[in-house]
Amino acid sequence: MNVNTTNIEQQPEQQNRYSRQERFAPLGQKGQQHLAEATVLIVGAGALGSSSAETLVRAGVGKVIIADRDYVEWSNLQRQQLFTEQDAQERMPKAIAAQRRLQQINSEVDIQAHIADVTADEMKDLAKGVDLIMDATDNFETRLMINDISQKYNIPWIYGGCVGSYGITFTIIPGVTPCLQCLMESAPLGGDTCDTSGIIPPAVQMVVAHQCTEAIKLLSGNVDQLRGTLLSFDLWNNEQVSIKMSSARKPHCPSCGSEPTYPYLTKAGQSKTEVLCGRDTVQIRPAQKVTVDLQETAQRLAKLEEHQVSVTPFLVSMTMQSGQRLVIFRDGRVMVHGTKDIAEARTLYHRYFG
Amino acid sequence: MELIINGNRKYVEPEYNTVSKLLESLSLGQKTVIVEHNQQILQKEEHPHIALADKDILEIVHFVGGG
Repeated sequence: MNVNTTNIEQQPEQQNRYSRQERFAPLGQKGQQHLAEATVLIVGAGALGSSSAETLVRAGVGKVIIADRDYVEWSNLQRQQLFTEQDAQERMPKAIAAQRRLQQINSEVDIQAHIADVTADEMKDLAKGVDLIMDATDNFETRLMINDISQKYNIPWIYGGCVGSYGITFTIIPGVTPCLQCLMESAPLGGDTCDTSGIIPPAVQMVVAHQCTEAIKLLSGNVDQLRGTLLSFDLWNNEQVSIKMSSARKPHCPSCGSEPTYPYLTKAGQSKTEVLCGRDTVQIRPAQKVTVDLQETAQRLAKLEEHQVSVTPFLVSMTMQSGQRLVIFRDGRVMVHGTKDIAEARTLYHRYFG
Repeated sequence: MELIINGNRKYVEPEYNTVSKLLESLSLGQKTVIVEHNQQILQKEEHPHIALADKDILEIVHFVGGG
């Protein structure tokens, strides 16, 4: 018996791997070859990141880089399709759990995993030589950082977000489309998150279906087929909206305008995190001046029955089952009590405050 | 008045007669949104000044951070 029978290199059927994609006329063998030569950076390996990564790795993108700061928990398994019960039991870092599963799915793809709470400098390094950045983060601070990297280094990126049964996506091509900064002007704070408002898996899949279709068009050389609209949907309320955004580019945008300053790549544009000495507490200060509506925040958090929430005229405090406590002040400052780990504190911050 | 919001006909009390007031009534007042009014994308500063009339067509998209 040939000892190599388990080696998939030996199986001629392997050549059929991408046959169904190549038969799709707009792609063909040429499009498939373009995919094989492409490198994609996926920022975040939660719900959007798992799904995007699986689609792109199965589709035969040559190299996929995944960065994530978090580890797998039981509440992830309902929608984060690359992870198993064992990953949750072992609190496996998501980047590593994703890489292992993806490599089983397609051993031909070069998959790199980075366990990191990506800063602007790290993002610059990760984005070197990348053809496309897929957004799978859970917060706007990182998205606006991706947006600035995209503009500065001329790399397209695809925004995706979802909560409840709602999803939104937009493809940003430097020099062609408006950028995220043009559309949003400032980062929203205190919005709904998957941890406060829940999420159903089809909303994730729908966002990823749009993101990955755009990615495949872009990487295979079918740029003229890109959608060109800001798209949102609500699967529960049976709504879909698609707005042409070509007129929304702002000439004086600090990220994509005529004199860009890339504000989210500077220290001032990033939230500041510090471990408070001897207090087992991390303080996070938002990058921009914000005023938090404390009553609204308390009401939103109080819906989470597993946590205890109290509000004073100055702050909202939430004690979690884990014993950790989050305190948010009117100026947007958050204290995460019960940890000295900055990455863990930032995870909790974005989980509850967007 | 009757408005067409995100493709669906919706009856809206006449007091919600500007884009800002409509967004408040939809609990979107605090959120970052893009509004297209009768096929025209609005700037945020315009929201309080754009009057709504019967049969106006609005597309409203709000940004969410989850992922």
